Amino acid sequence: MTDAKQLSLEDNFQAKVDAEIKIEPKDWMPEKYRKTLIRQISQHAHSEIVGMLPEGNWITRAPSLRRKLGLLAKVQDEAGHGLYLYSACETLGIERDTLLDQLHTGKAKYSSIFNYPTTTWADIGAIGWLVDGAAIMNQVPICRCSYGPYARAMVRVCKEESFHQRQGFEILLTLSKGTDEQRAMLQDAVNRWWWPSVMMFGPSDKDSPNTAQSMKWKIKRFTNDDLRQKFVDVCVGQAEILGVTLPDPDLKYNEETGHWDFGTINWDEFWQVVKGNGPCNRQRLNARKKAHEEGAWVREAAMAYAEKQEQCEVASVAKVA
Amino acid sequence: MSKKNWPLWEVFIRSKQGLNHKHVGSLHATNAEMAIENARDVYTRRKEGVSIWVVESVHISASNPDASDELFEPATDKVYRHPTFYDLPDEVKHM
Repeated sequence: MTDAKQLSLEDNFQAKVDAEIKIEPKDWMPEKYRKTLIRQISQHAHSEIVGMLPEGNWITRAPSLRRKLGLLAKVQDEAGHGLYLYSACETLGIERDTLLDQLHTGKAKYSSIFNYPTTTWADIGAIGWLVDGAAIMNQVPICRCSYGPYARAMVRVCKEESFHQRQGFEILLTLSKGTDEQRAMLQDAVNRWWWPSVMMFGPSDKDSPNTAQSMKWKIKRFTNDDLRQKFVDVCVGQAEILGVTLPDPDLKYNEETGHWDFGTINWDEFWQVVKGNGPCNRQRLNARKKAHEEGAWVREAAMAYAEKQEQCEVASVAKVA
Repeated sequence: MSKKNWPLWEVFIRSKQGLNHKHVGSLHATNAEMAIENARDVYTRRKEGVSIWVVESVHISASNPDASDELFEPATDKVYRHPTFYDLPDEVKHM
């Protein structure tokens, strides 16, 4: 392709994006747009799948049948979200197997939040309230992403997420009305989950070199810091309802901006966890690999069975003829 | 051991009786029966559908988006296919 032709294709593409016309799988797109989307959507899909692990830890230990049903349904939704997203990602011309390999070899990342342990029942509530709350804040704008299949998958995901957050908040609200011990458990969970949740929005804008391009392509609609601020603002009021303190002594309302100022994020911790040194990185990845490897015979047997069935059908049709 | 991927299927859901099936996404399955069962679990966990169609993705032929202008050109200059092209007196009211 000549440079001039490439340039006009790119101009054309950007004009469509600017006019809010969705890009669909077979439309021409810059290679970098495709790569950025594959990276972002697959990372998102992996997060949904790995996200099942910390919560799965509590399914057998949920304190009541009602809680168990809710948690099971939530974990099942996470699997569903992973599948919507893998399917959206595959429309960009990458195979499911390749995506899974990238997760298992550590080439692709997933949200660092899932590398923290769930040590008490209150953690399940805190994940629903804070982690799903942060995820919703991130995901709602992606419903308007320029890439059609991703945007459509996100509409489905967002519809289901609000149940997740509400079930978490209800768990915490129940604990807040419980014994001193239960209230202490609630506060402890919030203490541990608050900062990792604030970090979920990713590096600060000044350290996020790809943001500008992603915003221009309308993959992203808001910067990391904008979304983080929105999240902090809504959580303050919700924390009051729960009667918990957010573990940040610098948290205070700024009359001038109308937002809540908050303390400095521990970026060292953030990068350590991203690089694989969080409390559960190895455990999570090993659990994924083990499930994948131990399921291999099932996948192969199902394929062999389907092939055999097909041969039987061909044979019986031949006999009739 | 052979590393053979399960084929990809496109999923279409009728959200309620009287409406047409609409594409919702795709999934992997070894055969049509499994594709329908998986589609139920993935795409209709909250009663989003009353009927499911699945078709293997390789069987779908699609028009080329780069050739859309030529393909749909015949319809662009035929205003006389629309009711408003025809002038009728006001007395006719609804037609």
